[in-house]
Amino acid sequence: MIRGEEFAPLPFFSPMHIKINLFATLRKDRFDTDQREYPTGTTVLAVLNDLVIPEGEAAIIFVNGKHAGPDHVMLDGDTLSIFPPIGGG
Amino acid sequence: MDKVQDFLKANGADDIVHQNILDEASVKFNMPPGVIEEAALNANLLPARYQRNRNTLSIEQQYALFKSRVVVIGCGGLGGHVIEGLARLGVGTIVAVDPDHFEEHNLNRQILCTLETLGQLKTAAAADRVRKINPAITIVSVPHALRSDNAARILSGCDVAVDALDSIPVRVELARACAELLIPLVHGAIAGWFGQIAIQLPREQTVLDLLEKCGDKIGIEKVTGNPSFAPAVVAGLQAAEACKIITNKDSSMKGRILFIDLLDMHFEEIRFE
Repeated sequence: MIRGEEFAPLPFFSPMHIKINLFATLRKDRFDTDQREYPTGTTVLAVLNDLVIPEGEAAIIFVNGKHAGPDHVMLDGDTLSIFPPIGGG
Repeated sequence: MDKVQDFLKANGADDIVHQNILDEASVKFNMPPGVIEEAALNANLLPARYQRNRNTLSIEQQYALFKSRVVVIGCGGLGGHVIEGLARLGVGTIVAVDPDHFEEHNLNRQILCTLETLGQLKTAAAADRVRKINPAITIVSVPHALRSDNAARILSGCDVAVDALDSIPVRVELARACAELLIPLVHGAIAGWFGQIAIQLPREQTVLDLLEKCGDKIGIEKVTGNPSFAPAVVAGLQAAEACKIITNKDSSMKGRILFIDLLDMHFEEIRFE
């Protein structure tokens, strides 16, 4: 055993660090960008709920530049970007 | 046609031919202005109206623009500015699609809406405007809503389609039709201080995927409304992308969404894989 390893926290209990970018009207009363901690296994939907963003206001969701749905399970170090639906002309 | 080109060359100043000479040729040879402008460009003569395009676009690219057919779906805030931009750029055929008439609440942002055009079909106002800018341009007015059952008929033969609609479900129909017909699509949308632009090239369905994510969600423009500058900004970007697609310039917009925030004056780029 490597010295000091016994003091390292178990991975299961370590919180994930998620970078969240909000856009347009989603920033109102929230933030532009923030780094937050969530438990392992947190989904996109759980983050939306935590931020009190109704699903109807989160049209386009990207995790690390890839489309992701509400059921997507986040991983430590992920960047989550949420855009509202824009359809005006 | 040689006679026309000889006349234009004889009356041009170096490789520039002025509008009065084009008009004179149209009368003298009894040919519509579009045929004369094409003959000029084909003979490497630049109509004087395009002089300030010249170090941005080559005469070959100017000719390619004149030979192109671009359909603009929606002639409101975005569409009006897009049509204005395409007409001045030198696109030869513009198809304007919109079933609506101008109303007072369009006056805050829709460039084709004036006190004179209130109550008119938006496509009729578009046609009048284009004819005033350049009678050599062919403008096709389609005063109907785009639907899945008429999309192929409206879009067929077009080199580029510009999405200037105001409803997400119709945008989905357009993106799907463009994917099926292999027509490049330039998507743009606005809401308040915000906007977005993306392109979908043949054999891609990037915009379709993007819009389908929105599903039946209601756009935030229903709450935010749209100020005058938002359509001008996004339509300008759309016209630039349409220009690049027609003139075969590489577009770095492939595989990206540009999200525009005019409040924080910030352009966010999302690359999708």
